[in-house]
Amino acid sequence: MIGMIFILSYCLVALVRIIMQLPGNDRKKFFISLVTPKTMAKNIRDIFCDCLFHVKLWKRNKLLGYMHSSIAFGWFMLIVVGHIEVLLYTPHRAKLLYFPIFFRYFVAETEETMRGAFFFFLMDFFLLMVLSGIFLAMFKRIQSGVFGMRRTTNPSFLDLIGLYSLWAIFPLRLLAEGFTADISGGSFLTKSLNYVLHSFLSDHANMLPAWWAYSCALGIFLIVLPFTRYMHIPAEILLIPLRNAGIKIRNARKGLAKAEVYACPSCGLCIDACPMGVMKTHIKDTTVYLNRQIRRNNERRIEEISDKCLLCGKCTAICPVGVEGDKLRIAQRSLRKYAINQDYSGIDTDQLHVKGEKVMYFAGCMTALTPAISKAMESLLRKAGVSYSFMDRDGGICCGRPMLMAGRFDQARQMVEKNTEIIKASGADTLLLSCPICYRIFREKYRLEGIRIIHHTEYIAELIRQGRLSMDKGYTKYVFHDPCELGRGCGVYEEPREVLSYAGELVEATKNRKESICCGGSLGSLTLGFDKRKSMTENALANLTEASPDVIATACPLCRSTFVRYADRPVEDIAEIIDRNCI
Amino acid sequence: MIDFGFKISPSSAINMDNADLSLYEKVREIEPDISKCIACGSCSATCPAGRFSGMSVRKCILDLQRGKKNEVKKMLSCCMLCGKCTMVCPRGINTRHLILSICKLYKED
Repeated sequence: MIGMIFILSYCLVALVRIIMQLPGNDRKKFFISLVTPKTMAKNIRDIFCDCLFHVKLWKRNKLLGYMHSSIAFGWFMLIVVGHIEVLLYTPHRAKLLYFPIFFRYFVAETEETMRGAFFFFLMDFFLLMVLSGIFLAMFKRIQSGVFGMRRTTNPSFLDLIGLYSLWAIFPLRLLAEGFTADISGGSFLTKSLNYVLHSFLSDHANMLPAWWAYSCALGIFLIVLPFTRYMHIPAEILLIPLRNAGIKIRNARKGLAKAEVYACPSCGLCIDACPMGVMKTHIKDTTVYLNRQIRRNNERRIEEISDKCLLCGKCTAICPVGVEGDKLRIAQRSLRKYAINQDYSGIDTDQLHVKGEKVMYFAGCMTALTPAISKAMESLLRKAGVSYSFMDRDGGICCGRPMLMAGRFDQARQMVEKNTEIIKASGADTLLLSCPICYRIFREKYRLEGIRIIHHTEYIAELIRQGRLSMDKGYTKYVFHDPCELGRGCGVYEEPREVLSYAGELVEATKNRKESICCGGSLGSLTLGFDKRKSMTENALANLTEASPDVIATACPLCRSTFVRYADRPVEDIAEIIDRNCI
Repeated sequence: MIDFGFKISPSSAINMDNADLSLYEKVREIEPDISKCIACGSCSATCPAGRFSGMSVRKCILDLQRGKKNEVKKMLSCCMLCGKCTMVCPRGINTRHLILSICKLYKED
């Protein structure tokens, strides 16, 4: 038994050591953040909220939250109270790890004082809490729908061993403590079980098998833990400070990426969230399975899964432990080797220079395919009396985000540099963008000091607030589709809604904001063909039209052209709607 | 040679018996849709890289079918991977994946 516990501590030490060695420069940042009081407080708070109480799960589904936090918090308290007991009664033994676990077995008699009874009550209470959680967990295996999960992960063989041993630990503990309750004392649960057991099994020798079974279950669980999904228990504690230190994924398999992969609890919440999930064949391409394949080093499947993803980022947004499914996939893509490496040094930026106005409008590639948006935008700018210059009226250089999403960072960087050159030379102080895909990379990767980067929804909201555009409010019902890159990617949720409410009545989709469903047209996916995307688009449209709006509004040229293909009602960009309703 | 002010351009005929189609066959294994291409040129019309380098997915596919590897390589080295060609393709070919696959398959000659 001692050996088993040592295996666990050995694993922990090994894990910490491995992770410490990996992130290179980030390691310094990590250690500094560990001693900074602000992040320290945040770390402790996050560990308590996420690892013990599972606040995020509570917010998702009360039953699911109770199930997990009762097991985690209950078990934690059992360990803590157990240790306090040992410290109080047999302080000289407190150094032995295994002692608190089998306290009831070793210590035959404890005084029946108030203090003793109180601890017995606490131990029994938390045991009951854990047992109720275990019972719910068993029920969840049969009926996951009650817990707000339509689909759940298919456990691997070792996961099942871990699962069954975890289920066995606490009922066996109850049984074992029940047998010894009349010798070592107990409270409402163990004492009463003791009476029941004594009615037909009066021999105390019976308690030995029960204690043995309990220790075997615990031992099996601890031994298989490093190889199962239960590795998330130690890994999450490491992941939280890493994330709070602001470390980013730099290597596809090492450092933070590794911590995230091991912190994945295989809960399967991302399966329901994934927009590809509407087709059963794609269920095995969700983030849970990506993490599992990375742990197994199955290169063929890793490539398949990471290339298929739309990179909408919804799995990242809802993940209770904060595994970044989209960034993990981009990192996997960056491992690919290409024989042809694009080179844009031949592009002469001189012929692309635009001089003059303070506001520079960059429509982007996708808007070039939906000229209605750039036309509406130009008309709005004229109406508001803004003098502007149009950076890519005759086409320009791509922003680099599609290249970045394909994992080809060097090529993307070259395009970023070319565009930066053009923008800096123009002397503009505001860069207005129509496409959220461009907007995201301009915000994250471009170094444009002193130039304000703004999406057209934010800009229109500003113009209306300043009174430079006056609106004629109509009776049309609009629903707003949050584009992945604008909402989850850049956190812009309020401005588009504000703008739409000036033009008419705003209704909400069933799943909106952080949980909005990708239109299915995303450039993130490398391998998904048109035929496979259709059902995703239809699913997203069904979600949007639930409140029967007259017009579907969006703020992304790509979402717009994807929806137009299958929608049964008009799909428009916010700029078009405002331009029509503007006096 | 006497300069007549004009010359006869070299023959651009391709002998399909001698053309090396191995690359085209490999690409077709990965992305079978390539054979659906009707060479309509929508992809070339939308391509933002076209004005800088003459990049054209239509020409790439045609050149692959004729075994002209070097021309393909020159064109692809300016692709920005923006994905517009995929969006406008009337035959629903995933041209973006096609381009990436060709980039991966190319052997340095």
